Amino acid sequence: MPRLSLFRSALISAAAISLTASSADAFTAYVTNEKDNTVSVIDTEKLEVIKTAKVGQRPRGIVMSNDGKWIIICTSDDNDVKVYDAKTLEYVKTLPSGPDPELLVLHPDGNRLYIANEDDNLVTVVDIHTGQVITEIPVGVEPEGMGMSPDGKVIVNTSETTNMAHFIDTTEHKTFDNVLVDSRPRVAIFNAAQTQLWVSSEVGGTVTVINPADRKIIGKIHFEIPGITREAIQPVGIRITKDDKIAFVALGPANRVAVIDTTTFKVLKYILVGQRVWQMYFTPDNKLLFTTNGASNDVTAIDVANQKAIKSIKVGRYPWGVVVSPN
Amino acid sequence: MLDLPAKDDGIAGAKLAIEDNNTTGRFLNQTFKLDVLNGDVDELIKGATEKVAAGDSFIIADLEPDALLKFADALAGKPAVIFNVGSPDTRLREEDCRANVLHIAPSHAMLADALAQYLVWKKWPNWLLVYGPRPEDKLLADSYRHAAKKFGGKIVEEREFKEPTGSRRADGGFEQVQQQIPTFMQGAKDHDVVLVADAGNLFADYFPYRTWIPRPVAGSAGLVASSWHPALELWGGTQFQHRFKRLNSRNMRPIDYDAWVATRVVGEAATRKQTSDFKVLSSFIHSPGFEVAAFKGVATSFRSWNGQLRQPIIVGTPKLLVSVSPQQGFLHQSSVLDTLGIDKPETKCKAYTQ
Repeated sequence: MPRLSLFRSALISAAAISLTASSADAFTAYVTNEKDNTVSVIDTEKLEVIKTAKVGQRPRGIVMSNDGKWIIICTSDDNDVKVYDAKTLEYVKTLPSGPDPELLVLHPDGNRLYIANEDDNLVTVVDIHTGQVITEIPVGVEPEGMGMSPDGKVIVNTSETTNMAHFIDTTEHKTFDNVLVDSRPRVAIFNAAQTQLWVSSEVGGTVTVINPADRKIIGKIHFEIPGITREAIQPVGIRITKDDKIAFVALGPANRVAVIDTTTFKVLKYILVGQRVWQMYFTPDNKLLFTTNGASNDVTAIDVANQKAIKSIKVGRYPWGVVVSPN
Repeated sequence: MLDLPAKDDGIAGAKLAIEDNNTTGRFLNQTFKLDVLNGDVDELIKGATEKVAAGDSFIIADLEPDALLKFADALAGKPAVIFNVGSPDTRLREEDCRANVLHIAPSHAMLADALAQYLVWKKWPNWLLVYGPRPEDKLLADSYRHAAKKFGGKIVEEREFKEPTGSRRADGGFEQVQQQIPTFMQGAKDHDVVLVADAGNLFADYFPYRTWIPRPVAGSAGLVASSWHPALELWGGTQFQHRFKRLNSRNMRPIDYDAWVATRVVGEAATRKQTSDFKVLSSFIHSPGFEVAAFKGVATSFRSWNGQLRQPIIVGTPKLLVSVSPQQGFLHQSSVLDTLGIDKPETKCKAYTQ
């Protein structure tokens, strides 16, 4: 009998090992450090910074090319967008943008890049392969958030001082509707089914959920955290799981990420992360979510299934944006 | 002086906000316009009365305290809201408050509280208070005394600075000042900071580096509290400063910021209510739910008891921002912003509650 017991225990531990191995498909996370002009590269299995690379000035918004070969960064103080090789971090080329580009999003066609230029009330559309500006779309004051519909037909831009979500048709590149939301909208994001568009309002302290089909507001999410003043609750980054069930909302100086049920719009939990949490990104398998904590100079990895912070990783100064490689 | 007010002081900020409002208005078929009237208070009353009769309802006023009161009383009962951007006198929000005036400019009480919170946070609680001979200097000194009591600062000694300062432009002017200030400051009880109350900015700038013992200067020179700072880059401030500079070819001063906020208040109300009806806009602006984002990290709104805009206050040196008050640890039962300035239980304003 003691033998059997030993054998079972060995089996369990073997199972545990194999589980760890399967959860640890190694992806690479890239974090822009706004004050250091660098990108920190994180191995998502080891949860360690494996490289820090110099990039252009004041790097903020970051995306990857659809094939995972390039990282594309808004280098805001250079007033352009720079492309780097995802493997070597070597500079590839510069793409044009308007002044002070902040956030960007790539069309599912892998070619058209939509850039919010915070300083001139325009969204610039650039072909990432030819480097040509395709068009510029006038929007509200201080454009920021950029949400691409999964089918690529609609892009939603938020303007921070106009307080609107501008719905833009990606064929005509014209605004076809504008929805007023609460103060200082920062981020817009569609769910996978394209039945909901989530918009965070940093100063208003709320998240507005809009039905993209008729642009009617279907939900408004408020946050209350004991011991945290209302003013400190400043929603910015939003990510929705692939199955569309759970949304994560970064609450800025409240130092927490809210976990929200996307059917009831109820807050299920607040996860404590680092200071001034803004942007977030999932690993492709949706097992981990990385958050940039600007004021504490670190990135927190959240275990998505258990809704728990598992590790904070020190990066450069004022980490701003984060993206994870697709492979 | 190096920082004489520009000719378009204040107006430049309103102009930018009109552009911002019109960019938003484009999506809602709304347009905003700005007319500028200059003159003495009687001319302004005449001009404003005509404008109000023609349907213009929102007035930004950069006036001295008594002129503002005369102006507000002349327009009382008319469909008009006056935004005070020019006068920080606390009495305009208190015993002399008017129902048709909203105060965008922070009061002396708010500015003194913002500075006091920082000094207390810094653990420099012992202050030597120097104030000028003019009545407004004495009122400002009262604000510092009030702030000391409120936040645990201690005024160890007070001195009235009565002497006329030498002309800095005359030959030898600086030599006189170099002699005059140290001797004036001689023999004071030990203190952490010299607080100078000089409402008209006539002499405060002579104090830094000329004190008898080496102590930092704050208040009207040195470390100064204000509604805005040209070096503020937090909370999207960078883009806001760029837009202002592009339009006006100079830095944004506090009064420009105040006029921008006043104009945005009207724009925000018109956007949210999608109307230009005065009654709807005015009652919305005065309602507790009204908020406007103003590059301060948190929403700004009006105090229901005296019409003062509640907002974070910048504490800075001429070139750099040092901090933003309220400071951590100063608590309030409803909004930490109400730790700055006259709070509801202590207000003397009756126009808003009657």
